[in-house]
Amino acid sequence: MTRHLRKMPLTALFGFAVIFTYACVAIFAPLIAPYPETAIVGPEYMPWSDEFLLGTDSLGRDMLSRLIYAARNTLGIAIATTLIAFILGCSAALFAATMQGWVDQVISRIVDVMMSIPTLITSLLLLTIFGTSVLNLILIIALLYSTVVFRIARAVAMGIVVMDYVEAARIRGEGMFWIMFREVLPNAATPLVAEFGLRFTFVFLTVSALSFLGLGVQPPLADWGAMVRENASLITFGDLTPLLPAGAIALLTLAVNFIVDWMLHVASGLKD
Amino acid sequence: MTQTPLLTITDLVIQAQSDDGPKTLIDGLSLALNKGEVLGLIGESGAGKSTFGLGAMGFTRDGCGFASGSVIFDGIELTQASPKVRRGLRSTRIAYVAQSAAASFNPAYSLIRQYSEFPVLAEGRDRSAVEADAVEAYRRMHLPNPEDIGFRYPHQVSGGQLQRAMTAMAMACKPDLIIFDEPTTALDVTTQIEVLEAIREAVREFNTAAIYITHDLAVVSQMADRIMVLRHGNLVEEAPTAKMMSDPQEEYTKSLWAVRSFKAPAKPLPDAASTPLVSLKNVTARYGPAGPDVLQNVSFDLHKGRTMAIVGESGSGKTTSARCAMGLLPRSAGDVLLDGVSLPPDYHKRNKTQLQQLQIIYQMADTALNPKQKISDIIGRPVTFYTGLRGRARTERVRDLLSAIDLDPNVYFDRYPGELSGGQKQRIGIARALAAEPRVVICDEVTSALDQLVAEGILRLLVKLQQDFDLSYLFITHDIATVESIADDVVVMQKGKVVEAGPKDQIMAPPHAPYTELLLSSVPEMDPGWLDRVVQKRALG
Repeated sequence: MTRHLRKMPLTALFGFAVIFTYACVAIFAPLIAPYPETAIVGPEYMPWSDEFLLGTDSLGRDMLSRLIYAARNTLGIAIATTLIAFILGCSAALFAATMQGWVDQVISRIVDVMMSIPTLITSLLLLTIFGTSVLNLILIIALLYSTVVFRIARAVAMGIVVMDYVEAARIRGEGMFWIMFREVLPNAATPLVAEFGLRFTFVFLTVSALSFLGLGVQPPLADWGAMVRENASLITFGDLTPLLPAGAIALLTLAVNFIVDWMLHVASGLKD
Repeated sequence: MTQTPLLTITDLVIQAQSDDGPKTLIDGLSLALNKGEVLGLIGESGAGKSTFGLGAMGFTRDGCGFASGSVIFDGIELTQASPKVRRGLRSTRIAYVAQSAAASFNPAYSLIRQYSEFPVLAEGRDRSAVEADAVEAYRRMHLPNPEDIGFRYPHQVSGGQLQRAMTAMAMACKPDLIIFDEPTTALDVTTQIEVLEAIREAVREFNTAAIYITHDLAVVSQMADRIMVLRHGNLVEEAPTAKMMSDPQEEYTKSLWAVRSFKAPAKPLPDAASTPLVSLKNVTARYGPAGPDVLQNVSFDLHKGRTMAIVGESGSGKTTSARCAMGLLPRSAGDVLLDGVSLPPDYHKRNKTQLQQLQIIYQMADTALNPKQKISDIIGRPVTFYTGLRGRARTERVRDLLSAIDLDPNVYFDRYPGELSGGQKQRIGIARALAAEPRVVICDEVTSALDQLVAEGILRLLVKLQQDFDLSYLFITHDIATVESIADDVVVMQKGKVVEAGPKDQIMAPPHAPYTELLLSSVPEMDPGWLDRVVQKRALG
């Protein structure tokens, strides 16, 4: 592992640097931000100045402070969602692959049904039914994304459960949990970790898209997707401020993908 | 008469690029090969046989390259030639027959389509004329239904047929040089003999030069005019076949020649009245509820402290019988007894003690060990699982087991399987089985993926462990030499049935059952005239 870290390409280093910076900003938001998240601190639509570095938004809140606090909400939601999606999807997939037979059939068909409905439509529908709280947002997107995770994890696990060492564990009399988490999971980990990075990006985009549609993170909480929507009209006046939250999303997506590429490269075992 | 050699290789050095700088795979090998001459290349895995064989075509694998030396084929310097020139030579003037025909054919095209690809593309010949040629070539390879077989797809013919189709394909453009890379290693002995004969006839007929790469001495002595022994990319010795077989000069060559001399000490016959340790009684089994019976009325008894070898070709039901005994494939009829007590057909229904008594060692050590677990965990888990030892006691037990399989616990305790050689991995597989403290160990082709010297080490270890731990072995193998060296009793199987069973001395001595006779007579012998004699005898019979 250390050998891989030493030989890490610049792109992956850049990715880690960006994510580290984002994480710091999110964690120390109250210390960094010049103003509180939701306080109205000046007139609306102020241009960039010494007092408001990035100007103010449609209600007179400081843009820079909201950009910083949004890192918290957007990143926090994305991480929580991806984690839940993976725990759910991987557990179901390992269970299905280990048990095989009708258990596998039942779980797989349920997942097929869920996957046959477009994600955005389902999430819009469910959010309308259950209300647009942050918790609902996380749970609904996690459930929908867990289907994709399930597909991939099951495919990987299927190739592993037929290995002789899994058979050896079975005829030793090992329980299902041992086989799932000790024999199969460690061998499926590398592709799944790479997939985690990719899914993280997609979840992030979905949250942003929902926020843009008004069903994501609700005001007055700051969120990058919502910030683009609220201030989009500024573009017509030649003000670049609404592009900043969009740029923050783009940069994170890029950073995560650089890392994913590197992980896939390491997992493939190719020598450059 | 002196002729210019077809292929001259001088001081060839092939290096591989690795993280720690270049690694030399072939260290200054030279050879001269005349038209119509067959050269045998012998050595263990990692000796550089295949690299050298490919190098003779002016080809190196990815990450490798020619460092110095020359390969001159019919006046053309291949190491310097442009890719276009080399590509033009390959398959038309130099052909290559790979070890695994199944992996080398494109599964999406019929055999004859792949046969005609090169003659049509490279020589611009008419497809129907080439296909007529193909039928003739298939006939020469003694393939059944030569007119039709070409229109089948690779998965529709057997492994031996595929290997012959590949040899026919290699000869499609009447090449001057063919490189055979272990063409019969993956085949059963009975199939191997047909492929060997077909190859030899074809090579003689077209006066083709050939390089025959193998690790099987008996095979090479049938095929080659001259033999080169390689080790670590260096030449050990080179001599005409007859001289090499009768009078090897180097110590290493002698050790290769002597490898089959190991014989386990004979044991007294068991008391006829004693209860066999494991007993299969009229076991019938099938895959899937509607499948055909892959085992029919299979019965045999394994007595305490003895080694029973199950022999037969692939598909004969050797492994399936073992899987029935283990409960991995539930039997549909019959009974499996352990100490006279019936075992449930499905391993799920067996209790821990029943599972503990029967352990298995797999053929492919690569897939039998979890690559993400340390050696101490692989061996330690069954220790904890069956005996409940933990902490220091478990560590001690694992170290004892490592010592028992002749691996230094200080070195190997914390390693991962990826850091071990093939033979060492197989030893870990043995230790894992021993860790359960079993009474019966099923050895499923445990030596067939290993080099002969390494395999012999494993056999010696198994015999030693049998005495130390009072084990009984059910030894599945297709290799008669292994049976000779380790077995006490033999079961011969064919097409899911037991042909004959009994003590080794009785089965291996004439008179034989007809199938046993076929099996035994197909095992290549070191004598260079063996293939001729067998072919002659079978033609008469």
